[in-house]
Amino acid sequence: MNELIKVDHLHKSYDQNTVLRDINLTINKGEVVVIIGPSGCGKSTFLRCLNGLETIDSGHIEVCGHEVNTTSKEIYKIRQKVGMVFQSYDLFPHKTVIENIILAPLKVQKRNRADAEKEAIELLAKVGLSDKKDYYPRQLSGGQKQRVAIVRALIMHPDVLLFDEVTAALDPEMVHEVLQTMLELAKNGSTMLIVTHEMAFARAVADRIVFFDKGDIVEETGDVKAFFDAPKTERAKNFLKTFTYD
Amino acid sequence: MQSLGIDVLFKGTNMLRLLKGLWVSVEISLIAVFISILLGLIAGILMTSRNIVVKVFFRGYLEIVRIMPQMVLLFIVYFGTTRVLGINIEAKLAAIIVFVFWGTAEMGDLVRGSIKSIPKIQYESAYSLGMNKFQVYFYIILPQTFRRLTPLSINLVTRMIKTTSLVMMIGIVEVLKVSQQIIEANRRSSPNAAFGIFGVVFLLYFMVCFPISRISAILEKRWT
Repeated sequence: MNELIKVDHLHKSYDQNTVLRDINLTINKGEVVVIIGPSGCGKSTFLRCLNGLETIDSGHIEVCGHEVNTTSKEIYKIRQKVGMVFQSYDLFPHKTVIENIILAPLKVQKRNRADAEKEAIELLAKVGLSDKKDYYPRQLSGGQKQRVAIVRALIMHPDVLLFDEVTAALDPEMVHEVLQTMLELAKNGSTMLIVTHEMAFARAVADRIVFFDKGDIVEETGDVKAFFDAPKTERAKNFLKTFTYD
Repeated sequence: MQSLGIDVLFKGTNMLRLLKGLWVSVEISLIAVFISILLGLIAGILMTSRNIVVKVFFRGYLEIVRIMPQMVLLFIVYFGTTRVLGINIEAKLAAIIVFVFWGTAEMGDLVRGSIKSIPKIQYESAYSLGMNKFQVYFYIILPQTFRRLTPLSINLVTRMIKTTSLVMMIGIVEVLKVSQQIIEANRRSSPNAAFGIFGVVFLLYFMVCFPISRISAILEKRWT
C-alpha cells in the first residue's frame, strides 16, 4: 500500500466560519509534502484533523488504511502511527528530556525501559543532544526543545510525521538547526507533512507543494521549482510576493 | 528591668497546659485540613465542569465561604443548630465542620485554578503520542497540577492553623484560651504575664507553621 494518508471531501467549520472546504489530498509513502499559505487559511486545522485533534463535519480521512474517527478507540492506534510536532514548545515540563522521550514508548507501546532508553539516546545523538538527556525542558533553548520534540515523535516509529509551523516561535538563529534535522529526516525517506512559513526550506525539502488559501487548496504541484518561480494562480503569486522585498 | 512574666510559665503545669492547648488547635486543623484536601480535590475537579448547574452551585458556595467571617460560620453551626435543629453537637465537631466547609471551598478553587492553568497544548501533545484519557491525566496533567498546587495549599493550611484561634469563641479550650486562663490566674502575682505568655504562644504558632512553609518553599524551588 502506497497511500499513507487519504483525505476525501473534508469539510470543517466553526459556527458560521468555514475553515476547510472540500479538501482532497493523498500522501504517499516516502513523500515530503509542504503546505504553505497565509495565516488563518486552515493549514494547521487541516493537520490537526489528520490525527483526530479536531473533529470534522463531513468527508473522510484515512491514515494507514484506518478511518480517522475521534469517537472510536481506534484513534489511539492511529495517533501512534502519526507523529506530530507543534509550534509552541510542548515538552512535558515536569519530566527530563529522556523521560519525555520514553514516556509514550513505555506506557503506550509497553516497550521495556532499557530498550526504549537505548533508542532514545541514539536518537538524541543524531540531533546532537546526547549531553542533554537529563536536563529539564526549562534548561534548554527553543531550538533544542523542538529537536527533543522531534525525537519524542520519532521514537514511536510513526509512519508519517506532521510538523505544524515548528520554527515559527523560534529565534532566527535556532530555526536553522531544527530545519536541518527535518531535512535529514526527509533524506532518510520519512513521510512528512510540513506546514511552514520558511519558503527557502519549503523549496529545498518538498516533493510536492500544497498551497492553501481561505480553506481551499488553491494550487497543488509536484513541480516545486516551477511553483516558486512562476505560480499558476494569482493567489499564490500574491502570497509569494509577500516574502520578497524590492 | 521589669519582669517579662515568663516565670509564670514554670509555675505548676502551665507549660504542659499550653502545649495541650496547642495540640487541640493542631488536632482540629489537621483533621480539617485532611478532609478539606480530599473533598477539595473532588470539588476542584467538579468546578472545571462545563455544566451550568454545577458551576453556579460551586460559585455560590465559594462566595458564601469568602464573604462570611469564619466566626459567624462557627456561631451558626454551634449555637444555631442547637436551637433550630434541636441537635447538640460537640464544639470540636462544630469547629471541624466549619473548617472543612471553608477549607473545601478554598482548596477546590485552588485545584480548579491549577487544572485550568495547564496549557491546552500539554493535553494535545500527550494525545498525539497515542495516550488515552487516563494516561494523559495520570502522567501529564495531574503531576503538573500537584506541583502548582503544593505551595498554594500549604499557604491555606497555615491560614487554617492560625484561624483555629477563633474556636475558643465556642468554648473550646485551645492554646489561646489556656494562655488567657494562665494570665488571669496570675494577674496579681505576675502582672506582666500577658507579655510573656502571649510571646510563648507566638513562638508555639511559629514552631508549627514555619516548618510547613519551609517545606513549601523547598518543594517550590525543586519543581520550578
